Formats: sequence, structure tokens, C-alpha cells
Amino acid sequence: MTQIEGAPLRRAVIAFTAFLGGLVLLLASPAWAEGEALKGTLQNQGQPVNGVKISVVAEDGSPVAAVTTGADGTWEVPVPKAGKFKVTLDQTTLPSGVALKFKDKGTLDVQVYEGNQRNVLFALAPAGQQGSGNTSGETSSSFWDRVAQLTFEGFNLGLIIALAAMGLSLVFGTTGLTNFAHGELLTLGAMAAYLFNATLGVPLILAAVIAVAIGGGLGYLQDRFFWGQLRKRGSSLVAMMIISIGLALFLRYVFLFFFGGESRPFADYNAQPGVQVGPISAAPKNFIAMAIELAVLVIVGLALLKTRTGKAARAVADNPALAASSGINVERVIRIIWTVGGAVAALAGVMLGLAQNINFQMGFQILLLVFAGVTLGGLGTAFGALVGSLVVGLFIQLSTLVVPTELKTVGALLVLILVMLFRPQGILGRRERIG
Amino acid sequence: MDWNTIFVTTVKASIGLETVVYALAAIGVNIQFGYAGLLNFGQAAFLGVAAYGLAVIVSTFGLSFWLGIAVGLAATVVLAFLLGIPTLRLRADYLAIVTIAAAEIVRLVFRSVAFKDVFGGSDGRQNFSGDFYAMNPFAPGTYGIGPISFNERTTWVLTVGWVLIALSCALVYLLMKSPWGRVLKAIREDEDAVRSLGKNVFSYKMQALVLGGVIGCLGGFIFGLGQASIQPDLFGTEFTFYAYTIVILGGAARVFSPVVGAAIFWVLLVFVGNTLSEAVGAGVFGTAVTVTQVGSVRFILVGLGLMLLLIFRPQGIFGDKREMALDAR
Repeated sequence: MTQIEGAPLRRAVIAFTAFLGGLVLLLASPAWAEGEALKGTLQNQGQPVNGVKISVVAEDGSPVAAVTTGADGTWEVPVPKAGKFKVTLDQTTLPSGVALKFKDKGTLDVQVYEGNQRNVLFALAPAGQQGSGNTSGETSSSFWDRVAQLTFEGFNLGLIIALAAMGLSLVFGTTGLTNFAHGELLTLGAMAAYLFNATLGVPLILAAVIAVAIGGGLGYLQDRFFWGQLRKRGSSLVAMMIISIGLALFLRYVFLFFFGGESRPFADYNAQPGVQVGPISAAPKNFIAMAIELAVLVIVGLALLKTRTGKAARAVADNPALAASSGINVERVIRIIWTVGGAVAALAGVMLGLAQNINFQMGFQILLLVFAGVTLGGLGTAFGALVGSLVVGLFIQLSTLVVPTELKTVGALLVLILVMLFRPQGILGRRERIG
Repeated sequence: MDWNTIFVTTVKASIGLETVVYALAAIGVNIQFGYAGLLNFGQAAFLGVAAYGLAVIVSTFGLSFWLGIAVGLAATVVLAFLLGIPTLRLRADYLAIVTIAAAEIVRLVFRSVAFKDVFGGSDGRQNFSGDFYAMNPFAPGTYGIGPISFNERTTWVLTVGWVLIALSCALVYLLMKSPWGRVLKAIREDEDAVRSLGKNVFSYKMQALVLGGVIGCLGGFIFGLGQASIQPDLFGTEFTFYAYTIVILGGAARVFSPVVGAAIFWVLLVFVGNTLSEAVGAGVFGTAVTVTQVGSVRFILVGLGLMLLLIFRPQGIFGDKREMALDAR
């Protein structure tokens, strides 16, 4: 969790921890089993990896324990109290042919909260197939191979951003609302799919369809009973923007309340072995995901260009007053846009969950990238959002050629600020929208 | 349920460190948003660069405390210019998007491994508040009434903090009575009208952004000194949203409303948080709610409160509805 805790609450928490510690002493039993722990399962392409040494060191440098993974790849280290710990995987004990996916992730800093059994994930990959996190010592991939691989990953990310950006941009175009709660629609889609897939055991594809339906329904309801009502009351745009921030905050922490702070994967397509296509290696799910994303974007794009509703939507985005006076039912168009936007955002959330696991902050974290894509393409233009998102996705992944992976988002956000300086209307935007 | 503890911590919260920090941040937001109508969603970054400026100069480079304060102030002004130059000529929501992006850039850079030697990664920086506490005029002991008392270190931080709040409020009061303040409010109401009267709107907006950032950055110093440590995640986007909630709760474009808003906000938050924690500890909810979940409840409440305030009482407690800068052009 990255929020700011008040000192009084922290004191209360410390008191509670001390109380727990007292209980441990009183009972004089191995009560750690009920307490905080670090655990995890080592897997390589779905197969457990055993006999790997993992050591845990407390924040002050004092060693806690060292364990070896069991036959099922699991390991667990009880820790004396909540706090920060360094977990190190001894890379020399990995079986031959297996390596860390990211060479620099051999030691992880993890925070254990009170009563939390924290899962620690070391991503493994077959030796020679490590991801973009490693930059040194690998001779198997040439520079251009990496460029190809990163371009592929950039398109993957860009398409997800584009899905999210489509709805955001259309809502902005038609209602003028800068919706900071749009990211939470993504999280909602991912969480709905997770609920059906991992908890209720529905196959992921069906779960994704249900999630998209829920996303569309919620988009509709949100406009019908919330934003539409606010527009009717005559709330101003800035007020609505701040309301959307409140809504985002509210939803995000409702997700945290029910889902917890950790990242979890879907139950299906979890550890697919990668396939090699030319210089690109990726799991088959990535190719299929990209195909679906492309198809949806093309369908939405064609609908915008060819159908009556699509034309009406573009007319409303262009000039709501003129559209209304020429007989277009503006409210109806806006409601359709919210429904489609919600459904597409839910799909983007499922795809994002497939690509990087599900987490209560996933929507918010990608929202800024979506804003970057939308602004880059030109606020309020549907196709501009598509172009801008692809550029942002490509830029983020390709920038890891020169900047550390952890700072790749920084580069994209810097580009956003530079665009403001030199071409504030974006790539496809028009000048009159900006000033 | 230990009502005594809940009561004491709640009363302390009304004048405690968080209230001081957020009041200063909110006074800054009030100048930018309340008086000038600028949507700066990166206030956390202003506090962050100030606190890190101080901490890095003192703890990383081992230089003097006052140089650290100077560097922190300078960094804040530079950040304001960096954000203002590209966006202040554009529509309001562009500034919102850029500032929130900038705040995330600042946070990500502070917590990055690449700059761990300078900024200390996600652990942040410690050992920079020694000179500040060496100036402490209070003798060791506790100060206060009965159980509502603070040790000499906290008393010193809070004294400095409340003096800064008083000075900031006085400054805002005088400025907003001056012609400068009237121009600022006019820009909020109708930028084009002000421009047609020959005023340099861009320059006025920039001055408001810098001034709000500098007052907010005082909160950053107090935050760092009060905790004797800083971490990058203290300056996340939630911080800024808290500050906006405080301004809107108190009522935008009122001199004292950020201060009163901060006190009310933290009293409510601490009271609800502690009561829930105690209730969970006492098993009121059984196993349905855990202590870790209580942390998220306060954010849920802030989000809900922010929405309800803007829908039903956008002028806040003390505000004037006619003075709400809520119309984007």
C-alpha cells in the first residue's frame, strides 16, 4: 500500500502488534504459524522448481531464516514481526536451464503487514529467454532482436492503453468530462473476471465475456444514475472532474477492502510456455490477446465511421449544441458511449490482468498512461487516442533500451509534458480545443 | 473498546503533525485552486521536492540545514515553472493532467533504484533533522494539558508549524485584499475579460502557482522534520486529493478554511480510523473485517465525502457559492 498513514493510526497498529507479540510470549507456542510470514511458489513454465535456497534478512540486516524450496516448489519463512524484509534467491542453486526472468530481481524488498502472509514472486524463465529486465551478460539476443521484442511488447501495451483510451476520449469528447475514475472501470473488469474465473471456476474466456457485460452495464448505470443526473443539475465540468477523483478514490479502496493488497493472476493461461516467432518470444495468450484487442478496436472504429449512431457520436463530440439542433438525441448518444466505453474498458482490464496480474491499483497506474495517450493523440478525438496510445506503448517499452525498466513510465509522462509544450492539440487534435 | 485512547488521539489530531502539514498544503492549493482557479493536482510533488531537497542536502551531502531549506525552496520554484510554462496557457484540465503526471514522475524518480545513492530508494532519507532539533528551545519534558500533551520534540515541530500557518494565513489575507488578489480572482471568473484590461494573465497565474507551491512546500519541510524521515510514497497522489478535500470541506477562497478544514478532516479521519481499529480489535465485526482492511476504509470515506461535498455543498462549510471556481472554460 502506498498511502499515507496517520501517526495515530500507526501507533494503534503498533500497539496491536505489540499485543500480538505479548500473546506469542504468553502462549509460548510456535504461534508464528498464525502470524506474519513470507511465502511463495517457484515455478518455471508451470513446473515446480525445488531445491532452491531462499534467504530472508530483516531491514536492519539481521538474518531471519534461510529455506530451500520443497518438491512442489513452495517455501515459507515465518517472520517475527511486520516490517520490511529483503528476500534473496540464491541464483547458484537454480537448476541448470532455469534462470531468473529478470537478473536484477534476485533480491526483493518486501513489506509484510500485520497478520499478513505475504506472497513473494520470483519470476523464472528458461535460461536464455529472460525478459527485458536483464541488460548485461546475455550474448544470445542481439540489439535488433531486443528492438523487435520490445516493439512487440510495446504494441501489446499500446493496444491495451488504446482500448482504455477509446472510452475515455469519447466521453471527454461528448460530455467534456475528464474522467479520473476511468481507470477503475478497468480494475473492475479485471476483478469481475477474476471473481468468475478464479473464485467461481468459470473458464476465463467466458468470465471475460461476463466481465465485459458487467463493465458495459455499469457504464450505462453510471451515466444513467450518476453523471447524467449531475449534468442535469448543471454541475460544472471542474466539479465533475473532482467528483470523478472522489469516485476513483472510493472505488479503488473498495477494491482494496475486498480484494486485498496483493497481486493475483487469473486461474487460466497462467504459465504458458513461450513460443518463438522470428526474433519475438511470447506466450500464445499474448498473440491471441492482441488479436482480440485489434479486432475490438477495428470494430469500434468502423462503428464510429459507418453506423448512424457512430456518426451521431462524432457529431456530438464535434459540437453538442449543433448536433442537438439537427435532431440527434444527445443524451442517448452519450449513454451509448458510456456503455460501450465501460465494456471496452472492462475488456482492457481483463487483458491488462492477463498481461501483468490483477491488483487494486492497476487501473489507476495505467490511467496516467491512458491520459498520456489521449493527450498525445488529441483530447476528444477517437482515432487520435488510438494513435497516441500506440505511440505511448511503443515508447514505454522501447525506452527500456536506454533507461532502467523501473523508470520507463517516467519517460512516457515526460513526453506528455513535452507534447504540451510544442503541440498541445496532440497529433490529430485541432487547435481550437485547447485554449 | 478503549474510548479514552480514541478520545485523546482524536483531540491530539486536531492540532497534530498531519493537520499542520495538510493545512499548509491546503493553503497552497487554496491560492491556486480557490483564488486563481488553477487545477494543480501535483501539490504532493511540491512538498516532495522540498522535503527531499532538505533531506538530500543534509543527509546525502552532509551540508548545512539552512542550505537544505534554501535548496528545497528553490526546487519548489523550479518545479512550478516547469509545470506552469507548458500548461498555464491551455485549458484547465491540461494543467490537471500534467501536474498529476509530474507528481508521479517525481515520486517514481525518488523511489527508483537508479538514484538510490541520492534519494535512498523506497526507504527514503533519515538523519537530516538533527540541526532543527538542536535549535529546540523547549526543555525535555511533556507540554500540554493532562493526557493531551506532546514531548518536547513534537511541541517544537508543532510550534514552528503553527507559526508558519499563521504567517501564511496573514500573507494570504493581505494579498487577497490587495489589487494583486483582486486580479487573481478576476482571472478565475473570466480570464478573457482580465486579458482585455491589459493584464498579463499568464504571469499572474504563474505567480499564483509558485506562491501556492512555496507555501505548500513549507508543509513538506514540517512533514520531513516532524517524522525525522521521509519516504517517496508519502507523496503519492492521494496526498493531493486529501488536500483538495480539505480545501473544499472548509470552503474554497476563504483565508482560514484550509486550516479549519484540515483540523476537521483529520479529527474525523483519526476518530473513524481508531474507532474502527478498536472495534475490530475487540471483535465487534467478528472475522468479517481485519485490521489491514480498516486502512482502506478511511480512503473509501474520503472518496465518498469528496463526492458528496461537491454534489450537495460545493461551497464547503465557510465558502461562498458565488466564489466557487468550478467552471472550466
